[in-house]
Amino acid sequence: MSALLAIEDLAVRFPSGGGLAGRLGLRPLPPIEAVAGVSLALEAGTTYALVGESGSGKSTLARAIVGLVPVARGTIRFQGRSVAGPGAEGLGALRRDVAILFQDPVGSLSPRRTVRSILAEPFRVHGVAADPGREVQRLLAEVGLAADFAHRYPHQLSGGQARRVGVARALALRPKLVIADEPTAGLDVSVQGELLNLMNDLQARLGIAFLMITHNLHVVRHVAHRMGVMYLGRLVEEGATAVIFSSPRHRYTEALLAAGAEPDARAGGPAIRGEVPSLIARPPGCEFHPRCGFALARCRTEAPGLTAIGTLRSFRCHNPAGVAAPGAPAGA
Amino acid sequence: MSAPASDDAAAAAGGRAPRLAGLRAVVADPMGALGLVMVVVVIAAALLADLSPHNPVAMLPRERFADPGLVHWLGTDHLGRDLFTRVLHGARIALLVALSATAISLAGGLVLGMAAGYGPRWLDSALLLVFDALRSFPTVMLALALVTLTGPSLKAVVAVVVIATLPGYGRVVRAQTMVLRHAEFVLAARALGAPAPRVLALDVMPNLIGPLLILVSMDIPVVITIEAGMSFLGLGVRPPTPSWGTILNDGYAFIRESPWPAIAGGLPIVAATLGFTFLGETLRDRFDPRLRREG
Repeated sequence: MSALLAIEDLAVRFPSGGGLAGRLGLRPLPPIEAVAGVSLALEAGTTYALVGESGSGKSTLARAIVGLVPVARGTIRFQGRSVAGPGAEGLGALRRDVAILFQDPVGSLSPRRTVRSILAEPFRVHGVAADPGREVQRLLAEVGLAADFAHRYPHQLSGGQARRVGVARALALRPKLVIADEPTAGLDVSVQGELLNLMNDLQARLGIAFLMITHNLHVVRHVAHRMGVMYLGRLVEEGATAVIFSSPRHRYTEALLAAGAEPDARAGGPAIRGEVPSLIARPPGCEFHPRCGFALARCRTEAPGLTAIGTLRSFRCHNPAGVAAPGAPAGA
Repeated sequence: MSAPASDDAAAAAGGRAPRLAGLRAVVADPMGALGLVMVVVVIAAALLADLSPHNPVAMLPRERFADPGLVHWLGTDHLGRDLFTRVLHGARIALLVALSATAISLAGGLVLGMAAGYGPRWLDSALLLVFDALRSFPTVMLALALVTLTGPSLKAVVAVVVIATLPGYGRVVRAQTMVLRHAEFVLAARALGAPAPRVLALDVMPNLIGPLLILVSMDIPVVITIEAGMSFLGLGVRPPTPSWGTILNDGYAFIRESPWPAIAGGLPIVAATLGFTFLGETLRDRFDPRLRREG
């Protein structure tokens, strides 16, 4: 397998508590599966976007990859080496090659440390640089910040500046993969543009692969090579970005793209009804059927299997969009 | 790549200024200003005690029960010792106990609280049990039991104060740590591969100090009354060493002869506890209204 990052059937479970009885083990509730069997592959030097509503498990998936939440099932392989799952060699191999960029630009920087101290931390933790001070200056220059930013505290930075510092920290150890959790959230549109240009530039110069988590479909369309659509912890559709944008198959993807494309003209596409179902009480059959305008009788009882069309795309839907006969496999 | 981000100006302000602004906010509040003055007076008394021409333990039997005057500003006690000088030296004992005991409590509370808040669940449960057990002891009973075992001494006072105040610090640290462990900057440090002690020391602890300092200033009056109370009962500082508690006790015994020894012992206790309480409450209200404690 040549993929930089290969995830196979990954699941993450959280205990659902259940009050005192649950804690004492008298009436244990089944754990919640925040990520319920996700498989995806990311090639070196490319960008993969994960989209989906809040609570669809995107961020949890990202955290599982860097070992911040335990993996319940499945495997994660990075550069062919197993980092989670049976026979895993541990995260040691991955720490230096994978960096993560968190959602909150300011909140992901330690509030009582200077930018210099924050940027020197990767070198100190891994004991790799002889002179962290020089490295800090190099990193600041790399993300387009003046050298005197080194002496500032996070609360003295604007959102865009803090985001650049976050990117600089992610780049510190020359990672092969950067996981970016909502990198554009909370930033002005102009700053978002600058950030995306910066990320593109870094990818071109350093060959960094990005796994990007976002709600922002415009961003996905412009920077991602492949994308996956998550719903209740599963990938419902996955494939090349251009293919999915031009002809979504899953009804959820279709609705998501329609809602994202023209905010003023909601009538254009099929609207998504209702709320995201609870992870505690997953709907039977296809988990999207209670909100789907195209649900068939079998959608209520039978979970759709994976329809794969080469490596170009795959989806899980009994009644996909843009296909004449329901259920028949379609050519993209 | 684009030029350095343009919105420097807004972020450029700041630096060390906020701390001065905090002091100004305390002084602006009449209660805070009064508290600050009283605290400064107590600290100055402790620092300048040696400037007094009198010896705090020298007995002058011919001058016993002198009324306040130019020579003895607060009068003398039943052994003819200068009360003003004894009060100044008493401030030294009070602050010595307050600072050493609070420092030990703070250090212990930080270590145990962070271990409880950041460590595995069983450790959290065990430490909480310890905190609650310690806290449920009445202070006076604890003091009596301890002094019965070790005899009265300054160390016994410090030990009682540490046992009485450490659980409070531990619980606050634990609660804050549990919030901070989910903060993105802590996750970022963990994702980098930083070991837990490093994360706690560099990323968690600096953010605990602020709320803790407020708690400390609220606890100091409690510590001062514990010291004075134990010394009054003969469980703390031994005579003839001057402590506000022993001064008060002497005055209490000879209240029919002269009211001044009792006043000299009581007044500084009232002044110091009120001063630290005013200051602490103002700090708390200004910076962290969530820390309001009941009782």
